[in-house]
Parts: sequence; C-alpha cells; structure tokens
Amino acid sequence: MGLKEKLHSFKVKNKDKKWLPAFSALHTFLFMPNETTHGGTHIKAADDLKRTMNTVILALVPCLIFGMFNAGYQHYLALGEIESAKGFLGASFWTIDNLMVGIWQVLPLVVVSYGVGLAVEFIFAIIKGHEVEEGYLVTGMLVPLIVPVDIPLWMLAVAVVFGVVIGKEVFGGTGMNILNPALTIRAFLFFAYPTWMSGDKVWVHGAVERDQMIAEGANLDAISGETILGSYAQNNSVVYDYWDMFWGLIPGSVGETSKFLIIIGALFLIFSKVGSWRIIISTLIGALVMGLIFNGVVDAGWIGESSKFYGLMSVPFWQHLIIGSILFGAVYMATDPVTASQTNKGKWIYGFLIGFISIMIRVFNPAYPEGVFLAILLMNVFAPTIDHYVVQGNVKKRMKRLKVKTA
Amino acid sequence: MGLLSKKDTKLITDPLADNNPITIQVLGICSALAITAELKASIVMSISVLFVLGVGNVVISLMRNIIPSKIRIIVQLVVVAALVIIVDQVLKAFAYELSKTLSVFVGLIITNCIIMGRFEAFALGNGPWRSFLDGIGNAAGYGAILIIVGFFRELLGSGTLLGFKVLGDPIEKTGLYAIGYENNGFMLLSPMALIVVGIIIWVQRTKNKALIED
Repeated sequence: MGLKEKLHSFKVKNKDKKWLPAFSALHTFLFMPNETTHGGTHIKAADDLKRTMNTVILALVPCLIFGMFNAGYQHYLALGEIESAKGFLGASFWTIDNLMVGIWQVLPLVVVSYGVGLAVEFIFAIIKGHEVEEGYLVTGMLVPLIVPVDIPLWMLAVAVVFGVVIGKEVFGGTGMNILNPALTIRAFLFFAYPTWMSGDKVWVHGAVERDQMIAEGANLDAISGETILGSYAQNNSVVYDYWDMFWGLIPGSVGETSKFLIIIGALFLIFSKVGSWRIIISTLIGALVMGLIFNGVVDAGWIGESSKFYGLMSVPFWQHLIIGSILFGAVYMATDPVTASQTNKGKWIYGFLIGFISIMIRVFNPAYPEGVFLAILLMNVFAPTIDHYVVQGNVKKRMKRLKVKTA
Repeated sequence: MGLLSKKDTKLITDPLADNNPITIQVLGICSALAITAELKASIVMSISVLFVLGVGNVVISLMRNIIPSKIRIIVQLVVVAALVIIVDQVLKAFAYELSKTLSVFVGLIITNCIIMGRFEAFALGNGPWRSFLDGIGNAAGYGAILIIVGFFRELLGSGTLLGFKVLGDPIEKTGLYAIGYENNGFMLLSPMALIVVGIIIWVQRTKNKALIED
C-alpha cells in the first residue's frame, strides 16, 4: 500500500475525530482529495481554490525576495556603509549581507503572519467542524509585504488575529468576507499603532533603534527613511530618480517597492487568468485620471506653491503609478476575487474608483500618505452595490428589447 | 425573595441578559459608541440613565390614566427632558470635568431610544412599582454593556482604568510598557466600540442559541 492509500484509509478510519479538518487541510496539499461529489452538474477542472491561491503566491515570491534584499540595502545605505546600487543589477544590492538583514527581519514577519493566521483558521475549523479553508494562504503572504520592516512582531500577531476573526470568520469564512483580510490587518495596524505605520522612521530597518540610542546619549547621526510620498507631502525635494522608483530601490513597505517585479507578477496573474486584467487596467486608468486632474489644477494656477497640497498635486500624473503602492494594490489587492465586483462592467467601475480615490486620499490627506488601502477597503464595501446596478441595468435593457419585439 | 415576586424579579433580570436593550433590541447604540472610550464616563452615563429611566417610568406610570393618548409622546418628552436637565445640572455642579467629557451626550439621553421605548411599551400599561423595576432593569442592562465596553476600550486604548495606570506608565516605560507593549489607538476610535459590542453580541448568542434570529 502506497503512501497515498495509507493516508486515505487513515482519513476514513478517523472520520469522526474532531481534529480531522486539520489533517485534511495538510492532506489536500499533497494529494487531490479522493472524494467525489454526487448529483448535480460539475465541471471537471484542476484549478481548485488551492491551486488558484498557489498561483498568487508564486506571483508574490519575487516581491518577497526583492523585499528581503531591499531591507538590507536600505539599512546599509542609510548607515552609509554601501554605495547606491544605481539600477536593478547594481553590485551593492544583491549581496549576502543585504539578504541576511532581510532574512533576519522579513522572515519572522512571514512566520508570524502564517503561524498566527493559520492557527486561527484551524481553531475555527475545529470548532465549526468544517474543512480548513485555504483563504489564508494568500493573505498570509500579502501581510508581510504590506507592513514596514521594523513592525514589532506582537503587533502583527494581534492584527492578524483581528483581521482573520473580524475581517473574515464572523462573515462565515473564506469566500464570504466583505473586506479584504490582508487590508483589514493593515488598517488595524494603521489605526491602532500609527507610530509604527507611518512617519519617516519605520521604513528603514534600524532607524527607530538608532533614534532610541541617540535619545540615550549616543553620538550618532539619525537615520532618515522618508518615503517618496512622505517627502512630497511635506513639499520636500525627492532624492530618488524615476529608475530607482521603478526598480524599487526605495524605502517603503517590505514588498511593494519594486514596480518592475509587480508588473512581472501582474503579467503572470493575467496570463494564468487568476487576476482580472480589467480591474488592474481600470485602477491604473483611475489613478492617471485623478493625477491629470490635479496636474490641470496646478497648471491652471488655481493653487499656489505655498499650499500644503502643492507638492503632491504637482507630481507628474504618470509618476503616481511608480510612487507609493498603487501598483501593488491594483495587482494583488483589488483583484481579490472574493471582495471585488463580479460583473465585467462592474469591474471597470470598481477599479476606476479605486485608482481615483487612492490618488485623491494620497494628495488631500497628508496624514495618510498612502490612501490605496483605504480606497480598496471602501470599494470592497461598495462592490456588491455596483454589481447590483450592473445586473439590474442588464435586466432593464433586456426587458426593453422584449417589449420592442412583442409590441 | 420576600420583597420581589418571581414575576417582578424577571423584570429586572431579563433586560440584563436575554432581553438586553443594546445587544438584543439594538437600542441606544449611539451613546454606547460615543462615550465609552473611558470607563468613568460609561459609569456616569449608566447611573444617569438609571436615574432617568427609573424615575421617568414611575412618573409616566402614575400619570398613565390621565394622559390623553394623542399627546402622550409630548408628555413623555417633557418628563424625560425635566429629568435629564436635573442630571445635567447635578453633573455640572459636582463633576464639571466629567460633564465636559460627556458634553452633549447627557442632553442626548432624551433621544435615547431605550427610554421612550420603555415608557411606551411598559410604563403606559403597568403600575408604578413594576414600572420602576422595569426601568431599573433596562437601565442596568444598558449600563452593563456600557461598562463592559468602556472597560475594554480604556484598558486597551489608554492602558488605564478609571484613570489609574494599571498597565504601567507609557512615558516612563514601566510595567508592561517596559517590554515593548503599546496602547492600541484604534480602541479609542468609535468603530472599535461597535466591534466590541459586536463581539459581546457574538459571545452572548453563542452561549444562548435561542437568541439567534434567522
């Protein structure tokens, strides 16, 4: 008897045990379930939820690896120990030293995110007696990528518990949630511990620690890790050029800096038909339109240079796509099939408004320099409404056609 | 229980749990969101409502046979308004700082749906003693939730209880703060009150399945 049969017979033998859902979850990772459904109509396909989730995770891995290197790169660059890399393949970027900082700082985030999140999922599965749902696989990967590198691990753990329980389980688990759980976790962190989620200290590993040492009397220079959006919001000049922004050699949340790798991930998602190209494209269009409007306001001279909005409003519209996390949000967050609009027309509206509102929050609320996650959460709430009107519109159109024919 | 018959006891205990004004009838939510960031404010608010509802129910019950039903709402409003003004003035006289934190919400007790609800549903049709018990019971049920929410919001949001630094000093870094703990700012925002009330409702309905509606 092979391993496969052994596992199946083990499952049959223990089918009344309370912990069986936990076993099944691990089991289906390795093998296709051998249960078949009876009755009804079925489509036979290999891409179940787990395969879909794995595709997204594959698309995220480059961002994670880049994020690890970038964590170390930003750290050493801020300390003045290495030269600027100047380009994606720069010699001072892909070094073991950088990776070690990344492993030391980023891997614990991944471990905590998955450990706590899956523990909550397993507990709920055992209490409710259903199979463990795979929904957390992608969330667990997204969470470490959208938080600052120095966030304390216990805060992340608290936020993950909150996000999974309040954001997902109370609505009935995977597939029933209204809000994207990863963004719920980020929103919780943002409002609960704002000092760790914004400002110019948290984005570079070591900056907070350095500040404490200075406060205790050490004779050191403070590290500034201001993000590009932060600089613009304060009408400061930006020290990074466009290529740095595109390649991702800038401070920011762990995995969202490299626009280049996000675009590669996006292409992968679009060609594997996991992510919706409609949402990605329409989000970008929405962002560009809002950017153009702001540029128009500046060009028309309606706003003076002394205005606190001037810095962000005068950013060239196309540049909004390579600063901040709008691209990451558009590709990995807005496309979440559960919380996005389901109809094709709805997806265009949904995406467009996400992009539009993201840039609006970004410019008008300097306290929340990155509005992408708020915009997506807001549109998550409205997605069912959008779908409702799209469907109703279609019904109306068909009714009209019917009347014309019968008249 | 010599003082209270079984039926009378139920008037007090029912609203505390299975017929709680906030978690079951979902009334009085606005004040539960607005003033529960501090435990002290929640307690004062609970006592104020206890007074207004207890006395108000008795007054309405005594007048129930002489109020023309066409103008009963306005009569009820006059009674609540009079009682609320008493509470407001007492607070201003003896606890000015607190009355500032509660600000407009003392005045807004008038619009608290629980009070008008009890007048309409109970005091207009029952004697003063039973009305009094009903008022006390409902106000206590309301207050219990307020105090639970206030407890968690103040403890987790500010690290204090009734103003005492129970978790240590966040600036001096003593107690829990010495090992890296930080206050949860989200707890001080109103949405978190809604979520805490939601969790209470969840726990309550898990314990008593009969409360779950379809």
